Amino acid sequence: MKHFRSWSLALPATLAVLLLLVIPVASTIATTFGESAGPFAPYIAFFKSGFRRTVLFRTIEVALITTAVSLVIGFITAYVIARMPGRLKSIAIIAAVFPLLTGVVVRSFAWLIILGKNGILNDFLIWIGAIAEPLSMLYTEFAVIIAMVYLFVPLMILTLVGVLEGIPNDVVEASISLGASPAATFRQVIFPLAMPGLIVGAVLVFTGSFTSYATPQLLGGERQMMMGTFLYQRAMVTFDWVGASTIATIMVVVTIGIVLIMSRIARRLNPMAV
Amino acid sequence: MTYRIHPALIVFAAIVFFFLLAPLVIIIGSALSDTTYLTFPPRGLTLHWFENIFEMSAFRRTGITSFQLAFAGTALSLLVGIPAAYALNRYRIELPSWLSTVYVLPILVPEIVFGFSLMKSVTVGLDTPIFLTLLIGHALLVLPYSVRVVSASLASFDFSIEEAAISLGSPPLKTFFTIVLPNIRAGVIAAFILAFITSLNDVSVSLFLTGPGISTLPIQILAHMEQFFDPTIASVSVLLMLVTVAVMAIVEATLGLTFLTK
Repeated sequence: MKHFRSWSLALPATLAVLLLLVIPVASTIATTFGESAGPFAPYIAFFKSGFRRTVLFRTIEVALITTAVSLVIGFITAYVIARMPGRLKSIAIIAAVFPLLTGVVVRSFAWLIILGKNGILNDFLIWIGAIAEPLSMLYTEFAVIIAMVYLFVPLMILTLVGVLEGIPNDVVEASISLGASPAATFRQVIFPLAMPGLIVGAVLVFTGSFTSYATPQLLGGERQMMMGTFLYQRAMVTFDWVGASTIATIMVVVTIGIVLIMSRIARRLNPMAV
Repeated sequence: MTYRIHPALIVFAAIVFFFLLAPLVIIIGSALSDTTYLTFPPRGLTLHWFENIFEMSAFRRTGITSFQLAFAGTALSLLVGIPAAYALNRYRIELPSWLSTVYVLPILVPEIVFGFSLMKSVTVGLDTPIFLTLLIGHALLVLPYSVRVVSASLASFDFSIEEAAISLGSPPLKTFFTIVLPNIRAGVIAAFILAFITSLNDVSVSLFLTGPGISTLPIQILAHMEQFFDPTIASVSVLLMLVTVAVMAIVEATLGLTFLTK
């Protein structure tokens, strides 16, 4: 047989993905179209329900805010790191990698201690006299967003440090020696060159926060139900597998849609690809 | 780039680093607190909560399961991932271009959707043992790291060295282990570490796959947190952070940490 060796080496991994990931996920998606009430019945039910719509829109909103905030924080920080001298730079990178390699549960848990009724933030605000009674900050959208930003900023920083370091020195020096101010150099040279990295970072953060489970579960609870926690609740508490599969399908469509659209935009915007 | 950056940006970055690290310091502090509730700064210092973890069989058991899964899942993913990465690089023209996309599907598909689907089709559909389904889930979850990181390493490997060995009479398998593998060692180590830590910390895939008697540490921590709010969780978190420190030390010793920004 032709190509026997190449295929026999690639086959185990390919079969594993096809049989144990593609088929199960496809069957989840297919479940939602096999209803006797009509092919789109679960989706019509989903979008008719005010509660379910709220969950979807809340998830999109939280993911968008998280992405925007992480982009700003991550970009500025990466910009500073990229210009640090060698030794300081490694320390900064260690400080960003450490949270990234620490689990989601541990990192979300920290915010439970900080934002709780008797948490540090309330203690501090009462101590400085800003408030008299402790605020309830847990189980709010604010709590979920701050924990998610905390979760994703390191990822954004590391993505962007790599991109910013890849910008050739000559390009920046050329801009400055031709009389552009640092601000203009930033706006017209560095920023456009960093664009592909910003898009990659934004996609990672958006899809990550859109599909997250542990953080909304711990900091949002029942009150701030998001797509991930909603999927779990449908599947394991109410045992509504068609409902859960509908949520799963919407999650797949949104994330893969975003990845496809953004990678197309990134390709078009890449100034180095001319 | 050599020109100066605005001092305000440096202050901003300093605040960001405070924001990144302070919560972790708070966890360490609360783990040492001599109170039955979580508080920071700690009141009175004790290591009692660390002893408490080892007395609680649920944490011990799920901790062992998590490490077993991380080792076995990562090993399995490398076992099928390295040959796949090799084939993708060595026989580039023979294999269809969509094949490399197949191996990143576990990252592209939302983890929680993958876990849910695996539960429906495999745990329930095929009635497989819980540990086996968890192992399948974890091995697939980390497969993208195995294939992509090893692939990146193979991309800079000069296959003519391998051909030289083979033309001098070395059998293909022996050539792989004595010529190819030592050259991509850094990639394999990196893939192992990334896969291991991803598996160890995973929540979304394991969520649907744990069952009576078998759970993973992150899932157990989540379940414990919903009932209790004592420093035990903080001390478990500290132990997990120590694992992170160990992993970073290994990365630094083998590849250098700057590898992670590439």
